[in-house]
Amino acid sequence: MDFLRLAKESALAGFVALILAIPLAGFDTNQLGTGTTIGTRPSWVAIAVVAVFVGRFLLGLLPKRRGGDRPPVVSLFIAEHQRVLGWLGLALAVVWPFLPFSSQYLLDLATAVLIYMMLGWGLGVVVGLAGLLNLGYAAFYAVGAYTLALTSAYWGLGFWEALPLAGLCAAIVGILLALPVLRLRGDYLAIVTLGFGEIIRIILINWQSFTYGPNGVNGLPRPTFFGLPLVARAPGGGKTFAQFFGIEFNQSQRYIFLYFVTLALALVVNVFILRLRRLPVGRAWEALREDEIASRALGINPVNVKLSAFAIGALLAGFAGTFFAARQSFVSPESFNFQESATVLAIVVLGGMGSQLGIALAAIILVTLPEFGREFAQFRMLLFGAAMVGIMIWRPRGLFSLRTPSITLSGRQAPQ
Amino acid sequence: MSGAALLDVDRLTMRFGGLVAIDELSFAADKEKITAVIGPNGAGKTTVFNCLTGFYRPTAGNLALHRDGQELRLERMEGWRIARDAGIARTFQNIRLFAGMTVLENLIIAQHTRLMRASGWSIAGLLGLAGYRQAEAEALDRAREWLDRIGLVPRADTIAGTLPYGDQRRLEIARAMCTEPALLCLDEPAAGLNPRESHELNRLLLSIRDRYRIAILLIEHDMNVVMGISDRVVVLDYGRKIADGTPQEVRNDPAVIKAYLGEPEA
Repeated sequence: MDFLRLAKESALAGFVALILAIPLAGFDTNQLGTGTTIGTRPSWVAIAVVAVFVGRFLLGLLPKRRGGDRPPVVSLFIAEHQRVLGWLGLALAVVWPFLPFSSQYLLDLATAVLIYMMLGWGLGVVVGLAGLLNLGYAAFYAVGAYTLALTSAYWGLGFWEALPLAGLCAAIVGILLALPVLRLRGDYLAIVTLGFGEIIRIILINWQSFTYGPNGVNGLPRPTFFGLPLVARAPGGGKTFAQFFGIEFNQSQRYIFLYFVTLALALVVNVFILRLRRLPVGRAWEALREDEIASRALGINPVNVKLSAFAIGALLAGFAGTFFAARQSFVSPESFNFQESATVLAIVVLGGMGSQLGIALAAIILVTLPEFGREFAQFRMLLFGAAMVGIMIWRPRGLFSLRTPSITLSGRQAPQ
Repeated sequence: MSGAALLDVDRLTMRFGGLVAIDELSFAADKEKITAVIGPNGAGKTTVFNCLTGFYRPTAGNLALHRDGQELRLERMEGWRIARDAGIARTFQNIRLFAGMTVLENLIIAQHTRLMRASGWSIAGLLGLAGYRQAEAEALDRAREWLDRIGLVPRADTIAGTLPYGDQRRLEIARAMCTEPALLCLDEPAAGLNPRESHELNRLLLSIRDRYRIAILLIEHDMNVVMGISDRVVVLDYGRKIADGTPQEVRNDPAVIKAYLGEPEA
């Protein structure tokens, strides 16, 4: 082992850490009566430098990994037991609200996870299956959310009337975006979709007379149980859910109900995509991702295939957006910035491109991870970033990057 | 002879800027025959294929395909329509399989047109209607038949990109055949094959011609393949046709010998 070289490399890493740590951790502000003064924290800088130096040194001592192409044991296990794990996950999701440690906060978090799962599955069609990199996915999400907001504000539509409309509007917007970018692939497509995402957000901010601008829209309708609202007192003297079933109204009923509605739609979305994947459209998406020229030579119309991928992806984002808006009962343009698109893309990439279970697990990780960091307050994003860097090092092709064939000769390991 | 022509290439010209890749090329490919297009490197063989299959739009000339009593004008059609409606399937000089998908999936995707129709724009397929299920079973049977013919049944569920080179070549031909073409265009199918494999390829191509009664258009450098199985050979040099006839006639044509071996020293 070449200790001298390793020490040199570690020293270099420590030096970089020093340069970074001085502005980032080297200063702090002190509140002194009326003003603030800047103090220095040399010990913090020292800690950072030593930690990086020692860490780099220890990393260098680790044996080099061999045969990096073999999928790790964990993903093999997950791939082999997908069906069982899927059903276990579903069972857990169903009993989740009734577990002893369950709380309104955990329930709300689980609803958010499910919404992101839907988004991840939707974007998984576009990016994972069809191979069309889309960095503006939040735009379709926004269209869905604003469809609920604006149809309820202008026409007084409820959640259930707005839901199909939201999907439809988002799908139409998806096709409108797809038409001009049909010839683009890879980086160019990514840039156009990125711009498109910003355009939608900026329209929402600036078209004040129609979208209520940056203030957003308040008091959105929540889903009702077959027309029975889940509130303390029904407007207009109708019956509420609690009155109808003769039970005490409880604020948590609303959360539980929204959770189950989201879960149900997430399941429908999942089954929908699983089936699509095994149909000619689904295979054509994947064929296009693998080789567009060969696809054309087999008589596949690339225009239709791309349009359908964009439309289906946007449709699902529209549904998810409606749930997002109903969960918060409020929408504003700031909820649909690039950060949102990036998070969903991270879920798809982390989930391993085209693996439904992988995307579900990635959604759980990426939505709950920032929550765990809450106690660390200012270091939360740092923690998140470190986790992402770690994933890129150890699992660059996603956590569970094992593709299930859409059809097999032996019939065994049928995709699920 | 002209009555049996499946494909008529008439004064096809392709220019890239100032470069004339194909210069007023005319030839015909007959039904149920194997036609080979040969020529030195850079003679424009692959360009002919790319014009035929819609990847290039020819600068001038006509490409007519006679199928079911109709004449289809290929130079006006988009590539995917040529594959779907005219029934021209092709393979590529540098193999283009769906490398990340399984061998079987490659053969199923080739039957996209039929399956898509059976799935009723995916709606019947989503509902799992019997019509679609039957179409899929038929597609699976056809795929299995071809897997059997190219000897890849045991590898059906492996990823296509991991197959040995020779298997990939044969799989690409099988994939093209799964589209049920009227004309099969093969771009150097024997490239990189060892003598035993190229002998097997000869047998495969002859059996395709005789069993499915389709025409094969072939670009090839391997003279064992060309002379062994072709019914007709078209020789190109610098984008022009310099010879056209049976393998015997072409082999003894002084213009061909000159193109391949150069002028004899005077």
